[in-house]
Amino acid sequence: MTEHLPALQVVLPLFGALIAALVRRPVAAWLVTLVVSIASFAVAASLLREVLAVGVVSYRIGGWDPALGIEYRIDIVNALILLLVTAIATVIAPFARLSVASEIPEDKVAWFYAMYLLAMTGLLGIAITGDAFNAFVFLEVSSLSSYALIAMGRDRRALVAAYQYLIVGTIGAGFYVIGVGFIYMMTGTLNLALIAERIVDVETTRPVLAALAFIVVGISLKLALFPLHVWLPNAYAYAPSVATVFLAATATKVAVYLLARYVYSVFGASFVFADLPLSETLLAFSIAAIFGAATVAVFQSDVKRMFAYSSVAQIGYITLGLSLATVTGVTGGLVHLLNHALIKGAIFMGLGAIVFRARGVDFHDIAGIGHRMPLTTAAIVLAGLSLIGIPGTAGFVSKWYLVVAALELGWWWLAALIALSTLITVVYVGRVVEAAYFRAPSAADAGASEAPAEMLVPTLVLAAATVWFGIDTELTAGMAGLAAKTLIGGIR
Amino acid sequence: MREILDLAGGFLAHYNQYITIFLMVSGLYIVIARGNMVKKLVGLSVFQTSVYLLYISAGKIIGGTAPIVDQRFTLYSHPLPHVLILTAIVVGVATLALGLALVVRINAAYGSIEEDEIFARDKDAK
Repeated sequence: MTEHLPALQVVLPLFGALIAALVRRPVAAWLVTLVVSIASFAVAASLLREVLAVGVVSYRIGGWDPALGIEYRIDIVNALILLLVTAIATVIAPFARLSVASEIPEDKVAWFYAMYLLAMTGLLGIAITGDAFNAFVFLEVSSLSSYALIAMGRDRRALVAAYQYLIVGTIGAGFYVIGVGFIYMMTGTLNLALIAERIVDVETTRPVLAALAFIVVGISLKLALFPLHVWLPNAYAYAPSVATVFLAATATKVAVYLLARYVYSVFGASFVFADLPLSETLLAFSIAAIFGAATVAVFQSDVKRMFAYSSVAQIGYITLGLSLATVTGVTGGLVHLLNHALIKGAIFMGLGAIVFRARGVDFHDIAGIGHRMPLTTAAIVLAGLSLIGIPGTAGFVSKWYLVVAALELGWWWLAALIALSTLITVVYVGRVVEAAYFRAPSAADAGASEAPAEMLVPTLVLAAATVWFGIDTELTAGMAGLAAKTLIGGIR
Repeated sequence: MREILDLAGGFLAHYNQYITIFLMVSGLYIVIARGNMVKKLVGLSVFQTSVYLLYISAGKIIGGTAPIVDQRFTLYSHPLPHVLILTAIVVGVATLALGLALVVRINAAYGSIEEDEIFARDKDAK
């Protein structure tokens, strides 16, 4: 049984999606989602334990040799990503019932859960697979279901947002698969570990350079690297609350993982960063994201949209860490990947609870919300403080690693820029605090009261986690450090 | 004259690659330049088709037959790219179907499928 855990990781949500679509009844579909999420989390946790014990877990689908068939290959890096995705899904599941029931028409609720579980299948698949083309298929599984999830938003602009994401996402996936095609032509294999072995002999050839370019740009579209982020703000802003929480916390993170896997494990850090100027390029775009997107965030009138722009900026910190190509830098990037997932999960959940009680999440709607929904608002503010990077919160840990990594390289200007960028975060988080606590509520919203416990508890759990992981960094920073060493060391 | 012939020969020998590049770039151009949402999807499909061709070209062996196991044939095309592209075609069909479904819904919600008109209508509504 346990030797089939890697397959179960993907099969569970896949069949869960099928069952959710077949049962049709909202509560039954929700129960399926809950059970599948918890079971997937258990699978991911035991996979992580196994990886910590033996190093690399390899699983051959159908017993085929990796050179011919698909291999699932789990090391510490993707074990961590699997744990993150399933943990977030497990926290979302209890929250989802009321939120989905209030935002989605009753006859479509089961379809919503089916799409949600398919998106989860795709994300887990990308993370677990050791096959380049299989990753493309899972990328499309997760993307297509995300487009459908976003289109279920109440606002008609959700449709346009989903359409735009579909166009950009398909081009991104197309670029990725072109790159994989070039690699396949040059190495004759699609297995990532075998590619990593064989690419050394051909890495200066033009097809491999083209492959690297196509793959990096393709995945960057998916992970919303500035300036390829235009699809993200609208998609997050108009999607149903639960979809926003899940996608914001996991989808871009899995894409970041895929980029790290290609850059470090497949192409190899020495080739990508020493021989090619990818480090400088990625660094420049990351800094542009951190400052550009954060500045745009400050001027948004919709809180959800504001935090969506903030996500683009925060992804900048993650890619910044990856671009440094040192153990500390990559650790910082990966820690921020985990921490940012928790932070944005908490914030978007809190906003989902406000949408449930109040009319929307415009700055007018959240005026004075801190007095009527004190715990929900406290969770948002707590996560916001973590986003800023106040000492004692998770955000501080990630920024600390990034600053240390910059100083290790002697790049004090970069350390200064990271510290300076925090100020912009203070401004936009401050806007929420100001509106929530110091503004008089409009008459129409006076009736809103605290969110029901079902929604409140998951929100508080995630918000508490952002503080917990600011103090106890063994699970996040410790694991990320191991993962960074694995990535820098190349595939074994 | 000789040089021109060599150049032409080199071009013709790789004509499939040039078709791939042409399809790829023209598909992307349609996606970027057109405001009509259905036309954009057509461009997207053209772009995806170029990817199919890229893979299939790599699997072709000159003089090879279809990959059928039979004693009469020793030289056959590499089957794996075909299988991969079969999957990619399915993905492409699903994408196109979902995209068109979204366009139908957008048309019902806005009464238009022109991007600029839709943006203008959202601005008016504010």
